[in-house]
Amino acid sequence: MEFLNNLLDQLSTAYELLAAGWGVQLLWGISWTLAVTVVSMLIGATLGSLVAAAKLSSSGGLRFIGESYTTVFRGEPELLIIYLFYYGGTQVLTGVARSTGSIGPTDIVNMPSFLGGVLAVGIISGAYQAEVFRGSFLAIHRGELEAARAYGMSALMRFRLVIMPQVLRLAVPGLGNVWQLTIKDSALISVTGVAELMLSANKAARSTHHSLLFYALAGILYLVMTSISTPIFEKAERYTSRSFVRPK
Amino acid sequence: MSADLAAAAKSASPPGDDKAAISVKDMRKSFGDHEVLKGISLEAHKGDVISILGSSGSGKSTFLRCINLLELPDSGEVRVDGELIRMKQGRDGRQMPADIRQVERVRANLAMVFQSFNLWSHMTVLENLVAAPTHVLKRPRAECLEQAEALLKRVGIWERRNYYPPHMSGGQQQRAAIARALAMNPKVMLFDEPTSALDPELVGEVLRVMRSLAEEGRTMLVVTHEMGFARDVSSQVMFLHKGEVDSLGEPKEMFARPPTQQFKQFIANFNK
Repeated sequence: MEFLNNLLDQLSTAYELLAAGWGVQLLWGISWTLAVTVVSMLIGATLGSLVAAAKLSSSGGLRFIGESYTTVFRGEPELLIIYLFYYGGTQVLTGVARSTGSIGPTDIVNMPSFLGGVLAVGIISGAYQAEVFRGSFLAIHRGELEAARAYGMSALMRFRLVIMPQVLRLAVPGLGNVWQLTIKDSALISVTGVAELMLSANKAARSTHHSLLFYALAGILYLVMTSISTPIFEKAERYTSRSFVRPK
Repeated sequence: MSADLAAAAKSASPPGDDKAAISVKDMRKSFGDHEVLKGISLEAHKGDVISILGSSGSGKSTFLRCINLLELPDSGEVRVDGELIRMKQGRDGRQMPADIRQVERVRANLAMVFQSFNLWSHMTVLENLVAAPTHVLKRPRAECLEQAEALLKRVGIWERRNYYPPHMSGGQQQRAAIARALAMNPKVMLFDEPTSALDPELVGEVLRVMRSLAEEGRTMLVVTHEMGFARDVSSQVMFLHKGEVDSLGEPKEMFARPPTQQFKQFIANFNK
């Protein structure tokens, strides 16, 4: 009985705290997390397709660049890359500004935190997406590419009519995985001061001394975001694979 | 004119006519140290149906694929309707097309039918038939759709026009692939072992379509193992052995009196 009373007590405290403004903070956190993830995915898709093309290229130089990219950005801790872009970026920007004399010798130019964050997370996401795109391209039936050549299609037509639609279809399950990774990576850019979900939960926990409550709540919200995306990607997969017999 | 005379007039090329539908001169191709084609020449005039026979490894598929440059021949000339495909020396010393636009234009005139069909699996049958005509030949879509439906009726799979290729039998896919080739209104059709990947009971339906194309006067080069088709349908038989033309001639004559020991043995193996 005492336990139950205790629990009710806790819940009403939680409600009061959330109603007092921390709830709104967390909601803003969610929208920033989604914004960071979407922008990073788009940066990653652009870089990832270029890197995949480089890795598939017949030129040794391009292949080396592509290989190095995926090796480095999948092999380093995410946090290190983020620090590198944010603090390293600040140092570079400051250096440039001081040398052109546009700021004083003691002033600094900060890397914009959102930009530094999404660049870092996007570049990491791009390394994983490159592998997804490369694998998808290699899974296209070679004969279909040959038929496209034999029917007089130019390289651009082959890409648009035969390669792109099939790479997208084959890439959907893999991109679903990368999306989940990217949502989780977005939490790391709280260190640059972007008020996404992790940072909002952190602030709330520290200011109210209710760490258990706010971190658990943030954990649940992350789980909701990652699990909602699973059925969405499954639906996309069903749509893009509609031309294929699914083994029963 | 008697039937024999008409046939003779058709197969004999008029003197000075260099506008063969397709003409190949002295084509050579090696893979590494292995010389697959040792100087092969061939001329096909409008309406010719040439069966290209040979045991596996004889170079017959490579020869066909060198004609539309899916493989790059090391040397030799290909002319389509009198137009020479221009080649140049590449940086690695091998020859390559001088003008890829010309190659694309010529390829559009040489519709190919593959052993493994190679329909675009993410498009419906109908989309497969209109993709190249609308994009490569820039013909109006409505016109292409109309033609595509007519062609599908002709090869007997119109009811499957909205199916995706993986949902159809091999025989249906190959008939769709032949319709895709016809949709290009090609000058010459290239068939690369069109029935070799099919279950035996599905071969007949594809051969019937090919026979009807031959009868309406299409120019066809057919790499095949179907002796019946070679003997009864084609106007010429070319037999390749170890990368060379072993024998070439009119099919009835070739099969009745094999001109070489190699060819005799080749057809004997098939009759076993």
